[in-house]
Amino acid sequence: MAFYFAQLLTGMANASALFLVASGLSIIFGVTRVVNFSHGSLYMLGAYIAYSSMTVLPGIIGFWASILVAGLAVGLIGMIIEVCVLKPIYKAPELFQLVATFGVILVIQDMALLIWGPEDLFGQRAPGFEGVVEIFGERVPSYDLVLIVLAVVVLIGLWYLFTKTRVGILVRAATQDREMVSALGVNQSVLFSGVFFLGAFLAGIGGAAQLPKGSANLLMDFGILAPIFVVVVTGGMGSIWGAFVAAMLISVLQVYGIRFLPNSTLVLMFIVMAVVLVIRPWGLFGKPEAAGDHGSQGPPPKPFRQLDPSGRIIVAVIIAALTLVPLSGVNFLSVLFADIIIFCLFAASLHYILGVGGLVSFGHAAFYGGGAYVAALFVQYAGTPMELALMLAPLGAGFAALIIGWFCVRLTGVYFAMLTLACAQVLWSIVFQWDEVTGGDDGMLSIWPSAWASEPGVYYYLVLVLGVGGVLVLRAMAHTPFGYALRGTRDSALRTEAIGMNVKLIQWMAFVFAGAMAGLAGGLFVFAKGSVFPTEMEIATSFDALIMVFLGGVQSLTGPIAGASVFTLLQDWLSRFEYWRLLLGLLIIFIAILLPGGLAGAVDQVKALLGRAPKDEAAP
Amino acid sequence: MSFLTVQNLYKSFGGNRAVDDVSFALAKGELLALIGPNGAGKSTCFNMLYGILAPDKGSVCLDGRELIGMKPRDIWRLGVGRTFQITAVYASMSVVENVQMALISHHRKTFSAFTRAARLYRDDAMALLNLIGMKDQADRAANILAYGDLKRLELAVAMAHDPALLLMDEPTAGMAPGERRALMKLTADIVAERGVSVLFTEHDMDVVFENAHRVLVLNRGQLLAEGSVDDVRANPAVQEVYLGGGTTFGGDGDHA
Repeated sequence: MAFYFAQLLTGMANASALFLVASGLSIIFGVTRVVNFSHGSLYMLGAYIAYSSMTVLPGIIGFWASILVAGLAVGLIGMIIEVCVLKPIYKAPELFQLVATFGVILVIQDMALLIWGPEDLFGQRAPGFEGVVEIFGERVPSYDLVLIVLAVVVLIGLWYLFTKTRVGILVRAATQDREMVSALGVNQSVLFSGVFFLGAFLAGIGGAAQLPKGSANLLMDFGILAPIFVVVVTGGMGSIWGAFVAAMLISVLQVYGIRFLPNSTLVLMFIVMAVVLVIRPWGLFGKPEAAGDHGSQGPPPKPFRQLDPSGRIIVAVIIAALTLVPLSGVNFLSVLFADIIIFCLFAASLHYILGVGGLVSFGHAAFYGGGAYVAALFVQYAGTPMELALMLAPLGAGFAALIIGWFCVRLTGVYFAMLTLACAQVLWSIVFQWDEVTGGDDGMLSIWPSAWASEPGVYYYLVLVLGVGGVLVLRAMAHTPFGYALRGTRDSALRTEAIGMNVKLIQWMAFVFAGAMAGLAGGLFVFAKGSVFPTEMEIATSFDALIMVFLGGVQSLTGPIAGASVFTLLQDWLSRFEYWRLLLGLLIIFIAILLPGGLAGAVDQVKALLGRAPKDEAAP
Repeated sequence: MSFLTVQNLYKSFGGNRAVDDVSFALAKGELLALIGPNGAGKSTCFNMLYGILAPDKGSVCLDGRELIGMKPRDIWRLGVGRTFQITAVYASMSVVENVQMALISHHRKTFSAFTRAARLYRDDAMALLNLIGMKDQADRAANILAYGDLKRLELAVAMAHDPALLLMDEPTAGMAPGERRALMKLTADIVAERGVSVLFTEHDMDVVFENAHRVLVLNRGQLLAEGSVDDVRANPAVQEVYLGGGTTFGGDGDHA
């Protein structure tokens, strides 16, 4: 009994940081309707800044003041992010804000590397709480008790702030109706910045307080991202009590899980979330997403156009040019262009649910990496030939999408995005933790094409046929009745149900189809590289696909192709610099602010300037 | 014989009885108006008829089939069309494509993956647009239409599967007076020609009195009066609600 109680305390101590970061994310979302994806980075900065103020200023401000300093500094950084990155794009569709905060992740990652270096940094222990205390005969680190107290104090503090103070009541009012609050004479701009400060402050404190239990390291940002999303989605977006209860629930189960099912801790987290969402789709304490989508006030989506004859000629010329690549005799070019084609297919498959269906998935890499692993596993354990493995890859990925999609399409908007990310992270963790089968972090090696296709030039043609074929199928599917119906669910779910169509079924099937196509891209990838690693499934890969779609322009079927090509070439070029993430991050932020239509939008703008506006816009 | 029968419908929100024992019937080919001041329970009634809200008790029978418990899309399949108070059309599609979508669904081609949607049932859709006088706007994008045209487009979409019953929630809200008349005249003509039954809610009394065959008056969730236009006009209780003390009838500017 005593043992279980001690475990319970450990779980609650682990929940502390999770709660602090998740509540910050939740508060920011509640008021500004922005999901701050860089919240994990703020948590990481909290730990680094606390480390520096402990080691650089030892004795001057001490341990406890260092935690406070870290919180305040991160709060300020959060405000700077809000003012510089988000303020210019509040009126843009949600996706822009999400992508821009992803740019911030990249920038902070490289800045941290630049300032603190790649080593893990271990901070000092909390003075007075270095040891253990005995509770019912079990030894519990005394600092764990500090963390539990911290979480409870913050919970009470936030409760007091939001129910008893004028500022807190204004913030809650803003959560319900921003326009009304600004009509009452509250300066929205100050309110938003203030809320960002508070949210970032909490993340900073969370990171700093975690320091005595671990270290400050560069993996903290992505490491905490999936758990806090699970906490926020399970607890209910915008609910502080929900964040607290969910953080406790998940951390405590995690601790018991390590005891009984050591290899499935992350899966356990997912199961908790899945059970909660089946019973309460908006989380334990959440409410349905407010109608009328406060975040996106962009222009209505434009219709997709069939290619005009000149467009068809351009496509034909590009495909013809692609067939000439291996004839150059430069293997490097065949490899690079095969990569580009594979990413085009990956990006186009994401675009199908994101652009056509309006469902912003943040976990599309699950199906890309999933397809790659399905192919690799069949080759390794069943000796499956490449040809069959390439068919099984989309089937396997489609099957994964069938299960994940069933949960995800029950939700919409930001909830959908977070749930897809969390689900993808679970698949990643299965692959990562299941060493004996998947090789874990070491990946799976020697997955080569069949003999006839082993030449890079020959395999390139296989990629060309299947990749370009896949992209064309995706394009064609946008113009079929099914594609129109999917577009209908995006434009007006209400109307779609009112003409007898099943919105959720359409979205689910589109999710499966897009997942299968991503799986095909993954299958092509694994034979091109001869190996596969868990990185193909991680959050960063999902974001890569999002950025390709976003860079090309969401409102255009050609966008993802252009985006994938440019992004792959850009990354190939940028990765030669040491701090390429910094450059890429800044580039993403600039594009979000300056080129809201992506590359395709920019092309339209140039055409309009030259007096060749597309027809549908020329109508009065 | 009555085509749609609503019996003893109840719905409360918290302590507020939004719809309190409402019963009525609608005959084939009838144009029935459901009127009442703001908060009378019109929209709640409508949403229960269309499967969006579940009633606390009561029954809604269409041609002998119970609608309560069915989803909106299944009710649509039984031949019930609907337009919305705030128009819901596909902004990224052309006018004719909006109508084609309803036809695609009607012919159960939603999951078809081997044809081009833009080619399917285009002629049928054009015929419907012709009916509402929007044929010349067929290829314009729906998101640049004037509001009155959007309302007409919704009518064409609702008529696409040749419904036997049309539910119109404030069909003329937000339109100019001239447009209101034109739209309701069009609706009345279609009803006469095709034998469709229509149930509509409306704030504009001129529109109601000119077109409705029969009128139901709701007040505070209860059926206050029912009868022909002249009966309802002459009913003192209705006059009390609409013109009386002003306590039950506060902020409705439409009437004036």
